[in-house]
Amino acid sequence: MNIDGTNERMAAFLRDNRDKVAGRWCDLVVAGVRGRTSREEVRRELEDLYGLVVRVLSSADEHATGELTAALEELSRGRARDGFTPSETALGVFSLKEAVYELAADAADLVPEFLLFSRMVDDLGLRTFEAYSVAREHIISDQATSMLELSTPVVRLWEGIIAVPLVGTLDSARTQLVMEKLLDTLVATGADHAVIDITGVPTVDTEVAQHLLKTVSAARLLGAECTISGIRPQVAQTIVSLGIEFGDIATKATLADALALALRQAGLKVVPS
Amino acid sequence: MERVPILKIGETLFVSIQIDLQDESVIRLQEDLADELSVTGAHGVIIDITAVEIVDSFIGRMLTTIGSISRLFDAETVLVGMRPAVAITLTELGLSLSGVRTALNAEKGLEILNGKS
Repeated sequence: MNIDGTNERMAAFLRDNRDKVAGRWCDLVVAGVRGRTSREEVRRELEDLYGLVVRVLSSADEHATGELTAALEELSRGRARDGFTPSETALGVFSLKEAVYELAADAADLVPEFLLFSRMVDDLGLRTFEAYSVAREHIISDQATSMLELSTPVVRLWEGIIAVPLVGTLDSARTQLVMEKLLDTLVATGADHAVIDITGVPTVDTEVAQHLLKTVSAARLLGAECTISGIRPQVAQTIVSLGIEFGDIATKATLADALALALRQAGLKVVPS
Repeated sequence: MERVPILKIGETLFVSIQIDLQDESVIRLQEDLADELSVTGAHGVIIDITAVEIVDSFIGRMLTTIGSISRLFDAETVLVGMRPAVAITLTELGLSLSGVRTALNAEKGLEILNGKS
């Protein structure tokens, strides 16, 4: 994209007006991020980028392009992590064009240089955008994983009685995890009674019910009995109107009732001391 | 073809499957168990599948069949030591092994049989 040294002339222009352009660029970016990053920090980031842009334009060394891309990607990742919007992130790059334009507008002989430069900045802006969305996707998938880990505790209620308090929407992936964890715990602890508490499950549709039934029958195959507790009034109405049959699986209103049933089945009795 | 040994302990027949189950070995086990039940008149069968890591629909169905055959000899079948992965597989296959009781381990299986008699 270099025609007759246009890029070199642009590089020379940027080098000569370094303080003015970089200063203006910095102002624009700071105004764009609305005080969430300090001016000094922005200044430091942009000084680096500015230097790299000049190096790329002057074609001084072949590593400059790679370094510029890496620096931009790093910056975008940081912005994505800190919760900046995509346009705020991209604006950081595009405002360089504006800063240069304000200065170059007076110099009429810089038009072809500015056009080439503008195309380069556009490319960089797109690169920023891409890096930003990749970083965002990473964050989302990390959060999904940690939520999956967080959301499935198996607690021991009594000797031989365990409980799984489910909170949040159940989907296939989560139910699978719950099922595996419940069964593993049954085997590991030798418990023969499990209570699945769905107080925290907002909706139960046919799919969720299917998953629950599967979990219960898998636990039965291991030789453990399951009770489902914490069915909320609305959920109960949905279950009945959907025509879901829990068959011979014991369901209780509260976790306390389920525990009482489990204790009774284990031949234990709670007496006041 | 590998055979699964059947041990008689008191009134109970004890079968511990420690091999990778092939279709023929399961059929053979079913025949052996029927013979053994009619000869000994045992009232309980414990099948230990702790070491079984893979089951298919055929083996799942044969386990139910073994349970039904035992009941004809007035013997109750208890399947013990199923692994979680096996339980998930059987559930996904839609097999609930009706007619066969299950227990977490051999000890609990024996308790079930003794509680019954």
